[in-house]
Amino acid sequence: MQLHYQSQAVAKPYFIAAIGLFVGQILFGLIMGLQYVIGDFLFPAIPFNVARMVHTNLLIVWLLFGFMGAAYYLVPEETETELHSPLLAWVLFWVFLVAGALTVVGYLIVPYASLAEMTGNGILATMGREFLEQPLPTKLGIVVVALAFLYNIGMTMLKGRKTAISMILLIGLVGLAVLFLFAFYNPSNLVKDKYFWWWVVHLWVEGVWELILGAILGFVLLKLTGVDREVIEKWLYTIITLTLVTGIIGTGHHYYWIGAPAYWQWWGGIFSALEPLPFFALTVFCFNMVNRRRREHPNKAATLWALGTGVMAFLGAGVWGFLHTLAPINYYTHGTQITAAHGHMAFYGAYVMVVLTIISYAMPIMRGREANSERAQVLEMWSFWLMTVSMVFITLFLTAAGLLQVWLQRIIPNPQPFMVVQDQLALFYWLRWISGVVFLIGLVVYMYSFFVQDKPQPVAAGEVQPATA
Amino acid sequence: MSATFTKSMARNIFYGGTVFAALLFLALTFHTTWKLPQRDHRENLTAEVVRGKHLWETRNCIGCHTLLGEGAYFAPELGNVYKRRGGDFIKVWIKIQPTGAAGRRQMPQFHFTDPQLDDIVAFLKWTSEINTENWPPNIQG
Repeated sequence: MQLHYQSQAVAKPYFIAAIGLFVGQILFGLIMGLQYVIGDFLFPAIPFNVARMVHTNLLIVWLLFGFMGAAYYLVPEETETELHSPLLAWVLFWVFLVAGALTVVGYLIVPYASLAEMTGNGILATMGREFLEQPLPTKLGIVVVALAFLYNIGMTMLKGRKTAISMILLIGLVGLAVLFLFAFYNPSNLVKDKYFWWWVVHLWVEGVWELILGAILGFVLLKLTGVDREVIEKWLYTIITLTLVTGIIGTGHHYYWIGAPAYWQWWGGIFSALEPLPFFALTVFCFNMVNRRRREHPNKAATLWALGTGVMAFLGAGVWGFLHTLAPINYYTHGTQITAAHGHMAFYGAYVMVVLTIISYAMPIMRGREANSERAQVLEMWSFWLMTVSMVFITLFLTAAGLLQVWLQRIIPNPQPFMVVQDQLALFYWLRWISGVVFLIGLVVYMYSFFVQDKPQPVAAGEVQPATA
Repeated sequence: MSATFTKSMARNIFYGGTVFAALLFLALTFHTTWKLPQRDHRENLTAEVVRGKHLWETRNCIGCHTLLGEGAYFAPELGNVYKRRGGDFIKVWIKIQPTGAAGRRQMPQFHFTDPQLDDIVAFLKWTSEINTENWPPNIQG
């Protein structure tokens, strides 16, 4: 099994870096999980806010590595031409990796206020807002890397075949880059700050990222199932129409209680109540394509990841999002562990799993085989179940904690103070942490599966060894 | 999906639907921006409040606390903390951190000067006066 286009191979370092940063993300998640029950754990060396920055920023960065790797792998094959500049892709890889690493090191060894001072936050204050904590040079670096990356992908598409899959991917990636520019807008009026902060955060994860997700999943399913391209691309357009028609105005579900007019409770409520639809369509799409497959692809693990993405994205983003999206419910659940529960399963189900899907499909091919050995695939599927089931439990335990928190802090006649309530949730936090450890075990199994070889088959003397496919 | 629903139809609906949704969202944003001055009492955005927001950001307060329900869920909601505790309590509280109580969640010591503490309180007071449609449900946040 050979790569169709040699330049696709540049995806490999991106995928390896993605997995490496994923490990870091989970380790810091476990630190935070422990701090929820042993409050002074690692204090003051790694205060909670630092661990959280590392946890969430690593997630964003490794998913971006995954998206870029996916684009470098998928676009040459879709456009039927070599990548415009593999060298540029390699340069950007190192720039992004070093910038990301320096940022995390900065978070860990310099107090945040000093980091802000050292990196020019006084010139243009952009730091200290959730998920956008990166110092100014890092933010500028992200813009430069994104622009050069889009140039590389755009030039490749320009000279080659235009397919719906690559177009949808490109629209998603351009949207990602353009919306990130709102990270530089930080008005001193907190209400305006929050209003446009969501243009990065919500319009990324409930908007343009879903286009990237759809394109990656469509590509992998096309390859795995051999279903007609027309059918797959028609589904994709339908899914992303539902995504953006519901998701753009669905931003309003973040505008209920931050100072925006009350009518957002209706606009946000109605449109975001429809946001599960694209995810439901995605689930139906995945199962439909696999059921109508015209070939039996030997990579069973990749098929499992693709189906898993369909199911878990619907559960995490669709169902767990819907649970608390209507204003009368959100009034009580806003900013509680319910939000954390939704965030964990949605990010895992949609974006983590889609990146692992493309890695599962593409990595064996980049290593010279159509699929991994039986043993490696069995291990990979074990890791799928370990990580996915433990994430379901993390979500369930956080939901239980959230319900109890809402009840004690916001509903009963004599509402209790925050920390009094937190102490009563300790059991659920412990159970969540144990689930997190199982998740880490799943991740270790996942990485181990890359290094597993088939057992050598004993061949009796005098017999002819069958040729391997 | 049936053959009468073609890919180019699906594509046109995508572009049309997206443009429509985006324009509607922009129109609503325009209207919101026009209405905001009545809700965020921006006439009270003093230099103190602006400096307070800057301190809030550069100490990464959002990494543990929520502010109007957004942020981390590790420490109490601070959108209404001015109403819950009052300015003097907030200043003393910040000064005596960390408590060092074994096994309890710890807040770092930020070595603020007294004027800086005033700025933070001014920011939290201004924030507590935003019209949030009566959120949070009660004083506990």
